[in-house]
This record gives sequence, structure tokens and C-alpha cells, in this order.
Amino acid sequence: MAEPFLALRKVSKHYAGVTALDKVDFDIQKGEIHCLAGENGSGKSTIIKIISETVKADPGSVIEIKGHAVHGNKAIDAINKGIQVIYQDPSLFPNLTVAENIALGGFVASHRKLINWKELRRGAEKAMARIDVRLPLDAIVREISIADQQLVAICRALTRDVELLIMDEPTASLTKKEVDSLLAVVTDMKSKGIATMFVSHKLNEILQIADRVSVIRDGKMVGTYPGSELNDEKLTILMTGKKVEYQRFVAGKNGNNPILECQWLSRRGEYKDINFKLFPGEILGITGLLGSGRTELALSLFGISQPDTGEILFNGKPVNIRSIQDAMRLGIAYVPEDRLTQGLVNNQSVGKNIIVTTLDSLVNRFKLLDQGKVTDSIQRWIKDLTIKIPSVESPVQTLSGGNQQRVVLAKWIATQPRVLILDGPTIGIDVAAKFDIHKIIRELAEKGIAIILISEEIPEVYNNCNRVLVMHKGCILGEYDTRQATQEDIQNHVNGAY
Amino acid sequence: MLRKFSHFLVLLAVMVFIMFLMWGFTGHDFMNLGNFQSMAYQMPELGVLSLAMMIAMLTSGINLSIIATANLSGIVIALILTTYLSPDAVGGSTFWVIVIAILAGLIVSALVGALNGFLIAVLEISPILATLGTMIMISGISIVLTEGYVISGFPTAMLAIGNGDLLGIPIPILVFLGCAVIMSVILNNTPLGTRIYLLGSNPIACFYSGVDNRSVLFRTYIISGLYSGVAAVIMISRFNSAKADYGESYLLLTVLAAVLGGVSAAGGFGRVSGLFLSLVILQMISSGLNLMGISNFLTLALWGIVLIFVMVVNYFIENQQQGRRIA
Amino acid sequence: MKKLLTRHETYVFLAIVVFSIIITSINPSFFTIENLFDLLKSYSLMGTFAIGMLFVLISGGIDISFTATATITGYVVAVLLLKYGEGLNILSVFLIAGGIGILLGLFNAVIIYFFKIPSIITTIATLNIYYGILTVVSKGKWLYGFPTWFGDFNNIRVFTLYTADGNPYGLSIITVIWFALILIGWFILRYTILGRSIYAMGGNPASAQRAGFNLLGLNLFVYSFMGLMAGIGSVIQALLVQTVAPNSLVGKEMDVIAAVVLGGASLTGGTGTMLGTILGVTLIAIMGNGLTLMHVSSLWYKVIIGFVILVSVGVSAYRSKRSTRKHIITEVN
Repeated sequence: MAEPFLALRKVSKHYAGVTALDKVDFDIQKGEIHCLAGENGSGKSTIIKIISETVKADPGSVIEIKGHAVHGNKAIDAINKGIQVIYQDPSLFPNLTVAENIALGGFVASHRKLINWKELRRGAEKAMARIDVRLPLDAIVREISIADQQLVAICRALTRDVELLIMDEPTASLTKKEVDSLLAVVTDMKSKGIATMFVSHKLNEILQIADRVSVIRDGKMVGTYPGSELNDEKLTILMTGKKVEYQRFVAGKNGNNPILECQWLSRRGEYKDINFKLFPGEILGITGLLGSGRTELALSLFGISQPDTGEILFNGKPVNIRSIQDAMRLGIAYVPEDRLTQGLVNNQSVGKNIIVTTLDSLVNRFKLLDQGKVTDSIQRWIKDLTIKIPSVESPVQTLSGGNQQRVVLAKWIATQPRVLILDGPTIGIDVAAKFDIHKIIRELAEKGIAIILISEEIPEVYNNCNRVLVMHKGCILGEYDTRQATQEDIQNHVNGAY
Repeated sequence: MLRKFSHFLVLLAVMVFIMFLMWGFTGHDFMNLGNFQSMAYQMPELGVLSLAMMIAMLTSGINLSIIATANLSGIVIALILTTYLSPDAVGGSTFWVIVIAILAGLIVSALVGALNGFLIAVLEISPILATLGTMIMISGISIVLTEGYVISGFPTAMLAIGNGDLLGIPIPILVFLGCAVIMSVILNNTPLGTRIYLLGSNPIACFYSGVDNRSVLFRTYIISGLYSGVAAVIMISRFNSAKADYGESYLLLTVLAAVLGGVSAAGGFGRVSGLFLSLVILQMISSGLNLMGISNFLTLALWGIVLIFVMVVNYFIENQQQGRRIA
Repeated sequence: MKKLLTRHETYVFLAIVVFSIIITSINPSFFTIENLFDLLKSYSLMGTFAIGMLFVLISGGIDISFTATATITGYVVAVLLLKYGEGLNILSVFLIAGGIGILLGLFNAVIIYFFKIPSIITTIATLNIYYGILTVVSKGKWLYGFPTWFGDFNNIRVFTLYTADGNPYGLSIITVIWFALILIGWFILRYTILGRSIYAMGGNPASAQRAGFNLLGLNLFVYSFMGLMAGIGSVIQALLVQTVAPNSLVGKEMDVIAAVVLGGASLTGGTGTMLGTILGVTLIAIMGNGLTLMHVSSLWYKVIIGFVILVSVGVSAYRSKRSTRKHIITEVN
């Protein structure tokens, strides 16, 4: 094999006694598409930081670019060596134009003093031409889609002499179509000799085009494999080190009357003619891609937006859910997709986060918080959901993803809901913790709560739900009984929707 | 948790240090009852206003209109008092007029608070701009009402609030302590208080948790307005007069006091106990320098220096803790 | 055309036009060149401060301490004028004031950058420090009786016209200085890497850091530029009133911020233009001047300014509310 563009030899990194990386060996060839896969906390992001020189590796580690050892410690050094990182949030300037976002960095790096607007636009156009994209140069970046923003970030990287482009979780917030066009761009870059390193814990789309995949676990390199040899399942085993056996969920018998029913529910631009029934004790899966209307439908059931037409029946009676407070009065709870901004108040205590939904019931006759009730309630849910925390005063942000999600579940279970809507409940959560969350969900269903589980991961809905609805472009395309249909049936239906 | 506790300790250390420093410089003059009494008369104005600022800051807002609100409600009280009572009035009916005047003043301050609440919660104007606007407009109304003049000459019963004492304890400090305790109860022992802290840190998550953000913000600014009204009562009674531009220099000092007391400028964190220590520190500097015969403008400078000092110490403490936590 | 309608400046401009028409219809002397020149001269002070404030707001910060900075620079200049009056000239006066202003601004920047203390807190503290020390040193005394050349400079007109009854008037040199500063500020914001970097930092400081921008340098520049404008402003103030009083600028910080915000700058950073800032200052200027000309009691001035600010921020809050997703009740500030 030819000399690699980038090589890491025995790279270690310790933070205050904690081992983040342990003698990692890793290389990237010129023009290669390489995936770095690993669970949250496996050391992926430390590798990015070391390669992009925002963090220094421990002494004894060797990092070579084109055979030369490097010792820089500023982001700009890595950029000058042809390495660029596109972070999960594309790190753009939302208040500036597309052209400026693409070309300004180059002007800054060249130590020039004045801006030549014509030259700036030309530079931006040239970068876009390299990967055949067309974006309006004068559009303010804040106003374009996330996918376009990612393209802007790629173009920005291409204005410099880039030889390795690192993309951190690039597909997390893209629709299937946008992912496809991103992959086309990356394949195109490969043909121009630019190497790409994808860093992700979810790789199903990327596997198709990857030359090699390196898997990292607990700070150690597990191995590097040709992309063609792996599939989702094998990768999961490599990333977690264990094989997770799913047990299929079977709904209990909890009556024949639906607790919630949607009749011809529509909201312009979001979802159309939605009909379904939800029974107590069942877990109803809703799957579909980003933008299929799955989340929008949930928001309407939770009172955040109102349907234009159609009817929602709760317990057989038509209801008008005009606010979250209305939804909560009926006993509808919603665990949002974006745990970090919508689900939790990150820097506040676990205790405050748990009681926020039930504050009004924890008061004494003077309308003051009854500290006894507050403590009891918090302790009860911490125990019931086995949330592991140093103290109830710990800020939520110090918890692991799995424990954070339990806090979100706790605050909603505390309201004793009759309908619990879970939107992407295991996004960004490790496989083991995911399994525990699924267990909790099943136990809730067994207690008679009607659950809607929204997820784009088909194995998740297939294994945990008794029925699955497939949504596409705002419509329900089909309903599957998981006792009869196979996972492939559903997968094909979702994919076939293109 | 650790962070807030360490801030309290830093403040405590600073307070003890300053106490001994002032003691050393001024000797017996500082460490005597008379001096503590005079401090107790001076602290409450800034204290109550700082509580008004604090609650707005906890929601990640700010209330720039507190002084203007206090002046307007002070003027309303003063107008009622001077219209219906002569300075030498005494007796039962005097008492009731004073009560009605104060109630009217408090209602006005609550109304200004409600206006802020409307602008911030319903129209979703950023708090700094909304209250900047009301600050200018409300002080304008005060100017129109008074034509820029001082209104003075209150009955002695009114003056007692700012200058009298109860068993040797100055009444203003009792009012302040009452306000502080009530604020502490609101923040720590009511659903509203918990919601204020959560909203201050992340309004979106609060919204998704079924918190009625509008109502929380609305109430916050009404409480903030009411506290300004209470400050007005103490102020006009101490000065025996009301004017459209009294105490304007207090505005930024309340922010200073709140931040020194550990109220986060980004919202969500801060306790009444910290604010209390911060006020004691500020007052001790002021009284000590005063006893030494040093201009009280140097006090301002020292207050600023203490604030920066404490923030820098916090910065280093936090850095160290983060270094330990990172993984 | 459609783009024009989405711009904040358009609305401020329309407000100015509407006010001007109303005022002129009541008192035609508003719409005279003489009044215009007067107005431009007397609002040069606020206008100069506003230029500095615009830079700070775009960078994502705020500076409350500039009035104290200006008080210090004004005082130092006044002392020097009284002591060495004939030995100085106007250029040296501006240089001294500007230099001290830059130093005080640098101090703000250093604290804000190195200790990560929010700019509003830092500058409230330094406002008290600067102002407290100055008042102690100056003992609150007013200074006046400056050399004649200093008074004469104030009366220089770039060109002179005469009113019907023979009184001279014209474009003051002070207005020209202000205009020059506007041009410099506009050029920096529009045509230099520095200016665009300030916008970038205000828009997303984390991205700016990742992209290798020199954040320390940008902060140092922004706050020292504000200090420079404060210094220049203090000389303009001394020229205009020929007196330096330690308390004349205190409390003006919010007026300047209000003017810049009226002009469309955002307190969250990254937005704001020189044109908008000029329009914001103009709007405040013609309202103040117009009320006098319309014989409205000056007592009403603040009520009306406050009301206009509320309407203006209310309208822009409403517009941004409509353009963003509407189901989030309160955005993170």
C-alpha cells in the first residue's frame, strides 16, 4: 500500500486520569472514503480533536501526515496541512451570506486586509463548481436548509487546499434524499483525490460507499474492515462488543376501546388524512424519514400545533387540544426528539427536571411546595427508573445519554399519562442503554399506558411495537402487524417510497 | 451545586476580609452598634431594588425600568399624600390616607410590571429592549406628572417608614428582610420559583414540559414591578420627597449587586442568600470608606473592583472544576 | 424592491419621513437647511458614540462604560487645555483623548476575553471604576475657560450661508468630523477583513474560533474602537459646550444604545449597519427637535421617545416572530 496521507501510531490521550484513547493505530489513504465508527464516548471525538490539532495527544503518540511527524497545536495548523473538519453543527456564520461563509476564511488565512467582493464571489463560485452544487450566493445562511448549510461547509473546506475532509455525524439531521446527494458529492471528491473521513455511530447509508471502516470501542481500536464486508448488524456487534438479542413485543389485552383516535386529520404542509386508532396497553410504531410528518403529527396530538381539519377522539369523545396544558389534562405526554434542547433543562438539577411537570400537585394548602412530597416524588422516580446519579442536585448534563432519557421519561411518567408519545427515544444512546429504555417502555405498556413510538430505525419499531404505521410525505402509507410482517417488508416499503 | 456553594464561600471570605479591613482602618467606629444601624438604614433601598432586578435576571431577562417604576410609584404616593394631607397631619384618617396612597403606588408599580410582562411574554420583545423602552417612557410620564419638580412634605407617620425603628431595629431593614424572605419563599418554595429557574436556563425545554412560559414571565415582571414599588415607599420616606430622576445611578448597581451575589447573567442561577451577602459587602465598603472620610465616589470604584475580583476568582474555580470533570 | 421591504432601515427611514412631514406641516422652519445644520451639529456627539456602540453590538458584546471613558478623556483634555492651552492644537487634543479612550477600551476587552465575564457585567463594573476614580480625582469640579483657539474651532464652518436677516449659518466642522468617522466606520465594516470578521464573530463565536479567527485581536479592536469613539466624542462635547463636567454624560449610555438598536442592530450580535445607525440617531434627533418646534412641552420628550422605541422593537419582534416557527413561545435570548 502506498504511503498514507495520515497515520496515527500508538496515539493515547488521558484527561485527568480518564483514558480517552489507548494506543490507537489508524491511517487514512489518499483519496479514500474512511468511516470511523463507535458509540458515544468511545473516543471518536477525541480522535477528531487530535487530528484537527485542537487537542494535543499524550507524549509518545506519533501522528504523521504524508510521512512527516506533526506537532502543531492550533486549528489553523491542521487547516494549513490540508485537513478540515465539518462538525455536526456546520459551524457557519448564520448572519452572513453563502458567499462570505464559503470564502471569508480563506481571506482571513491569507492575512489580507481588504475584501474584494468580486473576488470573494468568484472564489465561492469556484468552490461550488468543484462539486457541482448551485446555491444562491447572496442568501443569508440562516435562511437556507440544514442540508444546504452542510454543502456550504463542504464548499468552504474546498476553498482551501483540502486533502482530508472529516465529517462528524454528517447525516444526523438530513433526509434520505439529502444524504444521497451528500454521498454523491463525497464520491465525486474521491475521484478528485480528496479523502473523506466519516465519523458516526449510525452508518447504514455510508457503508455503501465506504472503502474502509475503522471501529473504536472504549478508547481502543477494534479493527479496520473493508466497507463491503460489513452490515449494520455486524457493525453494531463490533461497536458494542456484544450481540443484542431483541425480544419481540406482544401487546397485552387491555380492552377493545381505543383511547385515542385520529379521523382524517390534516394540517397543511405537514400531514394529510391521518386515520388511526390507539389502544391502551399497545405500542404503536410510527416510522418514516425525516420530513415524513411523523414529528409534526405528534406535535399536533400534544397541542403544540393544531390540525386544520379532521378530528381527534379521546376515549371516544371528540377533543380540541389547543395547548400542551390541554394535552396534559387529557393525560397525553410527549418525549421530544431533541433531548438536549427540548427534553431537558441541561444545566439544572435532576430533581428540578423531574418535578417540572407535576409542580402543581406537590403543594400544601398554602400553595407552597411541600418539600416532603417533592423529595418523595423525586426519589420514587429515580428508584423506579433506576436512574444513576451522584445526587438529585447534579445537573442533568453530567449524566450519560441513557440516564438523561430516563429523566425525561420520569418527568412524564410522573404525570400518570394514558397516552405516551415517544419521539426518537433512543437517538444518541448506546446500545446497552437503548435496550434498557426499550424495557422501560414495554413495562409501561404492560401497565396499560398506550404508547406511540416514533423512530426512523426500523428494527426499533419492529421489535418493540405490535403495530407499525409507515409515513411518507405526510400520509400514512401502510399499517403492519409485526406478528405477520417481516422487518424487510417495512424496510422495503419505507425505501420504496422514493 | 458545587459551583453555587463555592460562590457563597468566596463571598463569605470577601465579606469577612472587608470587615476586618474596615475594622483595622477605622477601629471602633466601624464595629459599633451606631454604625451597623446606619448601614441598616442605607442598605434597604438598593437591597429591595436588587431583588427586583434579580428575579428578572433569573429568567434570563433584565429589568431596566425598576428605577423609573420606583420613581413613578413614589410620585403617585407623594401626589396623593401632598394633595390630601398636610405635613403636620396626625391621627386615624392620616393613617388610612397613607395606606391608600401606598396601595395606589404599589398598584401603579404592578401595572408597569404588567406592561413589561405583556411586552416580553406576549409580544416576545427581548427584555433588555422592552424594559429600556418602558424605562424611558415611564420616567417621561413621571416628568410630565411632576413637571420636573420635587414633591415634598409628607406627614411624620409616612417618614417613620424610612427613618423610624422598632425596638432599635430600623424599619427599612425590616421591610427589606421581609422582602428578601418573601422572595426566597417565592423562588424556593413555590411552583413559580422552580419554573423561573428552569425557564431561565432553557425556555424551550420548559415549553415542552407544559410550563406556561408566558404566565411565568408575566408574573415575574409583575413581582419585579411590585418590589420596585416597595423600594419607592422606602425611598420617598427617607428623602421626604419624590422626583422623576431620583436614584438613577442605582440601576446598574442593582445588576452589579445581583451578579456579585451569584446571579448568573445568563439566567437560571442565583439565590437570595448570595444577594444578601453581596449587599452586606457593598454596604460595608461604603460605610467604611465613609467613616474614613473618603469620597463615596471611590466606593463606586471599589464596588466595581470587587465585582471583577469575585468574577475572576469564580472563573478560576470553575476552570479547575471543569478540568477535573472533563473526560 | 422586495429586498427593500425586508430591510429594517427602510422602516426607520419611512418613520423619519412621516415625522418630518408632520413636523413641517406644523412648523415649516423644521424643514430648513439652517435647522438641519443645527441638528447635525448638536447630534454629532450621540452619533459618534453610536458608531462605536454599533461595532460593539455587531461583535456580540455591549459596552456600558463608554460614558465613563468619555468623562475621563474629556476631563484629562480639559485639564491639559487649562494648563498648556496655547501649546496644544486640536489634533493633539483628539490624539490624547483618543489614546486614553483606546487604553480604557483595551482594559475592558482584556477582562472580557481572558476571564470570560459577560461584557455587560464587565462594563458595568468598569463604568463604576472609571467614573468613581474620576469623580474622586476631579472632586466633581466643572472645568471651563478654555483657550480661545478651542472656542474658535467650534465655530468653524466648512461653508457659510446667511439667513434672510443676515445671520450666518453653515455646515459645522464638527459635523464634518462626525461624517468622516461614519465613512471610516462604514469602510471598516464593509470592505475590510477585520469588519467582516467582527460580523462573523458576532454571528457565531464558536465557528469563528474553529475557523481560526483571532478572537482576542477582534475583541481588543472592538472595545478599543469604542474607547476611541468615546474619546473623540468627549472632545466634541467639550467643543460644543466649552465646559467639561464630570457628570454631564452619566446616564447617556442607554440613549445611545437605544439609538443604535432603533437603527436595527441586534443585541445578540452579528447584525447592524452603519446606515441603520445613522437613521436611528436621526430619528431620535428629529423627534427631539421636532417636539420643540411643534411647541410640545419638552416634558413630553421622554414619553414619546420611549413610546417610539417600544413600537419599533415591537414591530421588529413581531416580524421576526412571524418569520420563525411560531410554536416556540420564547427563544433563548
